[in-house]
Amino acid sequence: MLENLDLSMVNWARAQFALTAMYHWLFVPLTLGLSFLLAFFETLYVKTGNEEWKKITKFWMKLFAINFAIGVATGIILEFEFGTNWSNYSWMVGDIFGAPLAIEGIFAFFIEATFFAVMFFGWDRVSKGHHLFATWMVAVGANLSALWILVANGWMQFPVGMAFNPDKARFEMQNFWEVLFSPVAISKFTHATSSGFVLASLFVVGISSWFLLKGRHAEMARKSIVVASVFGLLSSLYLGFTGDEAAYSNAQRQPMKLAAFEGLYDGATNAGLVTAGIVNPAKQLGDDREPFLFEIKIPGLLSLLANRSFGSFVPGINDLLYGNRSHGIMGIDEKMEKGQAAVALLASYKEARKAGNEVLAAAALDNFRNHQEYLGFGYLKSPEEAVPPVALNFYSFHIMVVLGTLFPILFLLFLFFTGKGTIAQQKWLLGFGVFSIFLGHVAGQAGWIVAEVGRQPWAIQNMLPVSVARTNLTAATVQTTFFLFLLLFTILLVAEISIMLKQIKIGPAE
Amino acid sequence: MHSTTSFPLAGRIVSFYLDGFRSMQLGRTLWKIILIKLFILFAVLKLFFFPDFLESNFASDTERAAHVLENLTLPAK
Repeated sequence: MLENLDLSMVNWARAQFALTAMYHWLFVPLTLGLSFLLAFFETLYVKTGNEEWKKITKFWMKLFAINFAIGVATGIILEFEFGTNWSNYSWMVGDIFGAPLAIEGIFAFFIEATFFAVMFFGWDRVSKGHHLFATWMVAVGANLSALWILVANGWMQFPVGMAFNPDKARFEMQNFWEVLFSPVAISKFTHATSSGFVLASLFVVGISSWFLLKGRHAEMARKSIVVASVFGLLSSLYLGFTGDEAAYSNAQRQPMKLAAFEGLYDGATNAGLVTAGIVNPAKQLGDDREPFLFEIKIPGLLSLLANRSFGSFVPGINDLLYGNRSHGIMGIDEKMEKGQAAVALLASYKEARKAGNEVLAAAALDNFRNHQEYLGFGYLKSPEEAVPPVALNFYSFHIMVVLGTLFPILFLLFLFFTGKGTIAQQKWLLGFGVFSIFLGHVAGQAGWIVAEVGRQPWAIQNMLPVSVARTNLTAATVQTTFFLFLLLFTILLVAEISIMLKQIKIGPAE
Repeated sequence: MHSTTSFPLAGRIVSFYLDGFRSMQLGRTLWKIILIKLFILFAVLKLFFFPDFLESNFASDTERAAHVLENLTLPAK
């Protein structure tokens, strides 16, 4: 996408959605993870009766409140964009997304409005037990809110539990539980939330590191580091586990995404995993140039990760694009033919219904159903459109994995030196701890780039490409709002950082 | 602070929120930001820049469906 950036409406709309989603993801993971850390800190206060833990909880709660206040409603903009820039998509998925997003709104309003108020206002008004319960409910509620959005996103990547209604031109939910418990939805929820837990742990460790570097609030910083590092370490392990699940899911259901983020052009049995590499910028689809200028590969590991079977075949971009009969893979051109037939049959059905010819309409519909799984391919202009940007996916995926591997090591180091009682002397580690807040954000954003750029060209995998999902607007309209959002979100981000820095400088109440 | 334990439950809940909001310090700044942001989002952006295309241009679900179906079958023409 970046290498082909042009002024067309589709790309400006994509860029706008990416901008607003990435800004949204600056705030959300911190809410998801920090809410649980607050619950842990307050649990320690209630269990031990040590007022130091109450002081710690209240300090981090202030930062939580700042992040929450700045981040709240940044997601609403994404829904605005659905209706304005992506009207075809918005209409087609309305019946599927309606229930999850409505439930998300209910969760957000009732749980957060109720328990937030008790958490912030209730320190001297309710019992310790009641207050602790409210804090836990905020954590649970915030994470359950995220579930519904991720169920919706999961459905885009792997549309299940629905049937296409040609009269209403929309997908209609047939099985709510199939949508909710889709393996992709579950994988997305567990992986995205655990990335928030890691980020929040890095946030607490990073700010605590800053206090130690400044020689301030040492006891509070050490206690915070211990709790956050344990949470961060466990979350990192869980993140790795859920990441493996996500990659396996990609291999089974979105093999082109996996091939792109691995830079795998030619499929192989016993396929090796590229752990690091430099993509050949001159490489084009269909040519015989090497995909990498440099790569470090572990033999056989990709087959294991993708299929959970050593020696299994992992299709590459070329296999998926041009087909591979020996492995039962249909090429994109063949899928495009079937998709074009589906589009033509849908048109025939529409015309037959208009003309009142129910016999012809029934025949067209029957035939359409036989081709409808390829509907989205009928809109592609060339097979190569089915390949997402390889370099962007490759680098984003590997940046995410490298950082995800680094973070548990970081947490272990913090625990080790804190346990030894020498953490305040490890200036190099403390400095890196501060910097790791930024790295946590980089990893999270990189992950979402893989998830969303990796699914291109699909708005709904195999069913609706992005080019058809859009509204018929001019690029100028979208450009205006793109820059408006850039300005608004930058102001919000600057506001958050400056208010947070002020509160951090003030520190916990003595 | 006066005792509210003799008030009915609804009154105690309202009093809880009112006392909470009154005692806010940092919270006042955050609420100002939230309210300004919500105003910009709903009264400016949504109203002037983000109309729901299908709601604004078509009077019924039948018309909206027909429009989307037309877009879906365009490549067949």
